[in-house]
Amino acid sequence: MSLKGKKQAFKLARGEDGETALTEYEITLDEGMVVLDCMHRIQHEQEPDMAVRWNCKAGKCGSCSAEINGRPRLMCMTRMSDVVAETPEGKPIEIRPMKTFPHIKDLVTDVSWNYDVAQRIAPIDGPESMDWEFNQMEADRVQHFRECIECFLCVNTCHVLRDHQMFDDFAGPRNLVRLAQYEMHPLDTEDRVPEIKKEFGIEYCNITRCCTEVCPAGIQITDDAIIQLKERVVDRYYDPLQRIWRTITRQKVRY
Amino acid sequence: MSEPYTRHEYDVIVIGAGGAGLRAAIEAARCGAKTAIITKSLLGKAHTVMAEGGCAAALQNADPRDNWKVHFHDTMKGSKWLADWRMAEFHAKEAPDRVRELEQWGAVFDRTRKQLINQRNFGGHTFPRLAHVGDATGLEIIRTLQERGIHEGIDIFMEYTVRHLLKEGDRVTGCVAYTRVDGDFHAFSAKSVVLATGGSTRCWSVCSGSWEYTGDGHALALWAGAELRDMEFVQFHPTGMVWPPSVRGILVTEGVRGEGGRLTNSEDDRFMFNYVPEMFQGDHAETIEEADQWVEEVVSGKLATVRRPPELLTRDVVAKAIKAEVEAGRGSPHGGAFLDISHRGEEAIKKKLPSMYHQFMELAGVDITKDAMEVGPTAHYIMGGIRVDAESQETTVPGLYACGEASSGLHGANRLGGNSLSDLITFGKRAGEYAAKRANNLAQPSIDGSQVSKAIEDMIAPFAREGGENPGTIYDEMREMMQLKVGIIRTKHELEEALVDLTAFKERAMESFPGTSRRYNSGWHQALDLINMADVSRACALAALTREESRGGHTRDDMPTPEDEYWGKTINIIWMEDGEIKIRQEPVEEMRDDLQAAIKEVKAMIAERAKEQGGDD
Repeated sequence: MSLKGKKQAFKLARGEDGETALTEYEITLDEGMVVLDCMHRIQHEQEPDMAVRWNCKAGKCGSCSAEINGRPRLMCMTRMSDVVAETPEGKPIEIRPMKTFPHIKDLVTDVSWNYDVAQRIAPIDGPESMDWEFNQMEADRVQHFRECIECFLCVNTCHVLRDHQMFDDFAGPRNLVRLAQYEMHPLDTEDRVPEIKKEFGIEYCNITRCCTEVCPAGIQITDDAIIQLKERVVDRYYDPLQRIWRTITRQKVRY
Repeated sequence: MSEPYTRHEYDVIVIGAGGAGLRAAIEAARCGAKTAIITKSLLGKAHTVMAEGGCAAALQNADPRDNWKVHFHDTMKGSKWLADWRMAEFHAKEAPDRVRELEQWGAVFDRTRKQLINQRNFGGHTFPRLAHVGDATGLEIIRTLQERGIHEGIDIFMEYTVRHLLKEGDRVTGCVAYTRVDGDFHAFSAKSVVLATGGSTRCWSVCSGSWEYTGDGHALALWAGAELRDMEFVQFHPTGMVWPPSVRGILVTEGVRGEGGRLTNSEDDRFMFNYVPEMFQGDHAETIEEADQWVEEVVSGKLATVRRPPELLTRDVVAKAIKAEVEAGRGSPHGGAFLDISHRGEEAIKKKLPSMYHQFMELAGVDITKDAMEVGPTAHYIMGGIRVDAESQETTVPGLYACGEASSGLHGANRLGGNSLSDLITFGKRAGEYAAKRANNLAQPSIDGSQVSKAIEDMIAPFAREGGENPGTIYDEMREMMQLKVGIIRTKHELEEALVDLTAFKERAMESFPGTSRRYNSGWHQALDLINMADVSRACALAALTREESRGGHTRDDMPTPEDEYWGKTINIIWMEDGEIKIRQEPVEEMRDDLQAAIKEVKAMIAERAKEQGGDD
């Protein structure tokens, strides 16, 4: 079904610092538009000072995250044909900023917390020599995590942060994926398990898989990253047999 | 009343946080300089994330016959011999170590069977040379540099836009920026400033560039008295998406062709066999069987024993071929050509080209494991840019450096795919190193309040233009005009018109009104960006009008052939004087003897190989 020429109403959360009101706009659609195109049309035709953060418009930079009809998505990868189909006829499409982060203006939020957490994660520590050797199977495990575009939709959706604001105690799914990427790198020698437990609060995650559901890169955040890290924490801290084995073999690990 | 502003002092300031900027900042910090990055986006969002196919470096992992001389030859030949051969030499020699270094910083490239970094084939590269991660190599590189960079003690100013370079006499001493979030102003004192602002392809309406690509660095350099070169050379990547309209221009990686993608027209003809230019005669497969055999050998990890498909000719050649097919009435339904990779099978496509699969599935509803893509040319890269010294990356203005797409010289008239990511890391490092060295010997410059006030005055001017036009309208119209008149095929008449139009657009931009809020006002940012875009577009149109021939990324309909006697050995230099953009020509410097010998050696090797692979002639 072509949407060309269709008049479509939007309700956008407009305002600053969390004081927003839903404001209605109407535009005429063209064929094949994505939501971000509609935001640009509103800017270019009606409201030049409307705030939208975006960069690549190709699903690769993760800048244009928002809640479209209540569902966290990238505006550049959400086709209008899908949104129109899911919106009841005659109702406006609702677009709000990500709720979990401090609001700046209109659809733009302050996501700097994610960068602060990343800063506390130790960088990779591998061999000094060049030409690292590892095979494709080992690469595959890590490459999957490195497809993350840092849109922070997972963080926005995570209950630990969205509902319980545990920003001081929990790293959030994006940075747990980063930790998994280092932890499972075939040549990284840094021991990250104590930090994953204490500083980054892996145990707060109760595996509801909401983060995985919204990931536009299709990363299996819960199963491949978080649960794997949880298992490493359990092995170190809670498995009595492993403890005894480590004592017998005089293996030293940090707790 | 003058606006308040915050002062900062650094040894080295890097403007831009893409691959080149991050690499420059890391190097500067490692050399002991107090370093800051100023970026108009968030960290890790820069246009580098859009780079797909790979990073060219003669690592010799995929084919032991490769070496720096072959890479040097390929780069120079691809540039139609207009590249700065010193830069091409540094690049070919240093790129392998820069790539290996990324691996030590956490980059996880695809592997060979011998557990080393794998390399793929790309247009114009004699051997498989591109280190890659599926089709998301740029993301891998920027993330690696980001994750390394944040641990190097660099201060990072996110969502700050630089609008002015401070000067003292003839040298650059800092810059002035506004913050996107609050609309506050900041003045930075710096002993060296590195421009790593990327390109300017947003000046065209069909482009693969991200929002940031508004030529900020090109304009800052021009305004500060630096020179630009090669501005007529714009790379129109042959394969951008063409349908639906809202995604027109989004890149379809050359990796599709590297992995065996076939270009066909509406008559199901593999038309690239008919477009092999004289310069590449004999280097490419002459039959479909030979082309298919090459793909079969290469994807199964063998060394190729036959010649590559003509789909892998350089980008300028393929882009013009597609345009010619469309104009001859043999285009696809939405005015492009068909690019088919479905014969490689679902598993291989999803592994090797995952983001292409998703991009077409989600944005166009096309399953590329079953159906052909529709593709057409898109403004992708600007070979021209800020003129720099090959060794130090210093511009013609002391204290001002440039690297990455904002700089120029490595790519001449046409860039080879994969040579951009390697450019970023090779010359990013050099720029950072030399900027830090310079800073070593200098006292902290003072901030000249009158220059800062003037810069701020210019920045806030749009707020006072109540009743002016919406900058978005001018932005859309100017880009359409550039597409039409300074696009892939140009004529004298249209270029002259474009220059007149640009004057009018700039005047309109200077009268546009974005509303009065300074907080995250996208219209305000755009109103300011329009000024750079108008100046950079003018530099491009003027250079294109002056170059009376066709070569690489510059094609004149009224002068369709290369003119080797003069233009084959001449480059255009652009600068600004009293607000006017001026142009002059300079001869290309003769290549050093040992490099000429290297070229000869490689040519002989390629001819020998073509003879073996071509069979009986």
